[in-house]
Amino acid sequence: MLERSWPAEGATRVPYWVYQDAEIYREEQRRIFQGPTWNYLCLEAELAEPGAFVTTFVGDMPVVVTRDMKGALHAFENRCAHRGALICMQARGRAERFNCIYHNWTYDHAGNLTSVAFRKGIGGKGGMPADAHPESQAPKQFRVAGVHGLVFGTLSPSAPALEHYIGPEIMPRIKRVMVKPLKLLGSYTQVLPNNWKLYMDNVKDTYHASLLHLFFTRFRINRLTQKGGVFVSADGAHHCTFTEMVEDRGDAYEQGGMRSAGSNSFKLEAPELLDQVDELGDNVSIQILSLFPGFVLHQIRNSLAARQVVPKGIDRTELHWTLFGFADDDQEMLRRRLLQANLVGPAGYISMEDGAATGFVQRGVAASPDRASVIEMGGSTIGSGDSRVTETAVRGLWKAWRSYMSI
Amino acid sequence: MQLELQLAVERLHARYVHALDTDNLEQWPHFFTENGRYRITTAESEARGLPLPVLYAEGRAMLRDRVASLRHANIYEPQRYRHLVSSVLVESESGAGVKSIASFLVIRIMENGEAMLFASGRYVDRIVLPEMLYEERVVICDSRRFDTLLAIPL
Repeated sequence: MLERSWPAEGATRVPYWVYQDAEIYREEQRRIFQGPTWNYLCLEAELAEPGAFVTTFVGDMPVVVTRDMKGALHAFENRCAHRGALICMQARGRAERFNCIYHNWTYDHAGNLTSVAFRKGIGGKGGMPADAHPESQAPKQFRVAGVHGLVFGTLSPSAPALEHYIGPEIMPRIKRVMVKPLKLLGSYTQVLPNNWKLYMDNVKDTYHASLLHLFFTRFRINRLTQKGGVFVSADGAHHCTFTEMVEDRGDAYEQGGMRSAGSNSFKLEAPELLDQVDELGDNVSIQILSLFPGFVLHQIRNSLAARQVVPKGIDRTELHWTLFGFADDDQEMLRRRLLQANLVGPAGYISMEDGAATGFVQRGVAASPDRASVIEMGGSTIGSGDSRVTETAVRGLWKAWRSYMSI
Repeated sequence: MQLELQLAVERLHARYVHALDTDNLEQWPHFFTENGRYRITTAESEARGLPLPVLYAEGRAMLRDRVASLRHANIYEPQRYRHLVSSVLVESESGAGVKSIASFLVIRIMENGEAMLFASGRYVDRIVLPEMLYEERVVICDSRRFDTLLAIPL
């Protein structure tokens, strides 16, 4: 039982034990990752061919995601029914079936146990009794659903349909980006020295972007004075923020004496790195979208990517970045996307600080589990709006988290 | 002649890593030709034929922008690297070029003394003679995993 209690202030406080407590971490596995949430698994483009598979994680659980020979998508726990070994040890590939290497038990693309080696013994000797039922320990199978080329899975029969889970505020913002067949550009992993939720509330924090990420502000790429807004789903779980392409000519940062204020002497020598083509036709330069519990879709100029947040213990998180373009990109667009890959990832001009800042929180709160974050920008409400000087989406995350965790 | 070339290439690699390891980042673009390319990628992307860079610059101007951003915009905890470069293979090419492949290991040292094996991999270079400048330096990391952030170049 979880004995923890939330601060009396409610939505505007987040106590630090949420990032530190081993029992909380275990309960999150059960109530969130294995509970009635939809977890991002991969891009449909990663499973282009019949028989293709990738391995990934849902929370701590290792998972195999497959496309069967008829084209249907499946996902199942990567754990053999026999002794619990990984069934599939490659990151990706194609397979007609999956054989556990330990004792050669075999599974189909849906994760059904199809054969037990020497089940009836050899020459009438050995083997399993006729009434043995190894299937009772079969790997768990996910409900799998795709939306605009993104593949999600849930272990819960009671989770709502994926589109209802995402909701009407956020669905159009996914569709807005995922307009055409994709072309994979590549992927890498950034290891973050902090609890997974610190990354999620960083992503949902529209207030920090232009203050922490000085590159944004120095080059006037994103300032809170630019036109933009935030959408939050009704349950608070998901969010989307966007900024329009108009160049900011104001000097709110300079007048406020902000650390991130611009300097006339500081200009890019090769600004073509930032040249954006308005390929989605709506004048949006940046859109960051998150789905509970651990998925982020970004459009930063012409850089497009899916980010999967994988918890690896209380104070360690892996961020799996997969960058993509569209199948019909020409050479010029490909070059633009590769140059703008410089904006994101572990070496990203505007994202390298996220790993550092969230790690600083993990370290800063080490001795203060019962103190709390002050999340009061924009008041205490949770909802959509046209200001980004707000922490509304962060409050939404915690509203959703508390609801799943019954805290 | 071959021996001289071998030594000259090894000396270029050595000067390059000492510049980075002593925080002489302003020197870094000067190891490249005016249009020299610098790209960090992973062995996995190379093997899969995927073009995604972790960091990519076309020419000295972009390299200088990277340094300016590290100095004036990006926030990262004080840290330094120790590069070890070894197993340098040098192949002459037709014309004024040389191809080099070398192994590298990078240890990252934080201000509190914490040191970790941050990266390993190989440099795949095209070097122009007689200037001894990188026309292309591809840094192929063995692992697809990067701890926290990659600020200082490899």
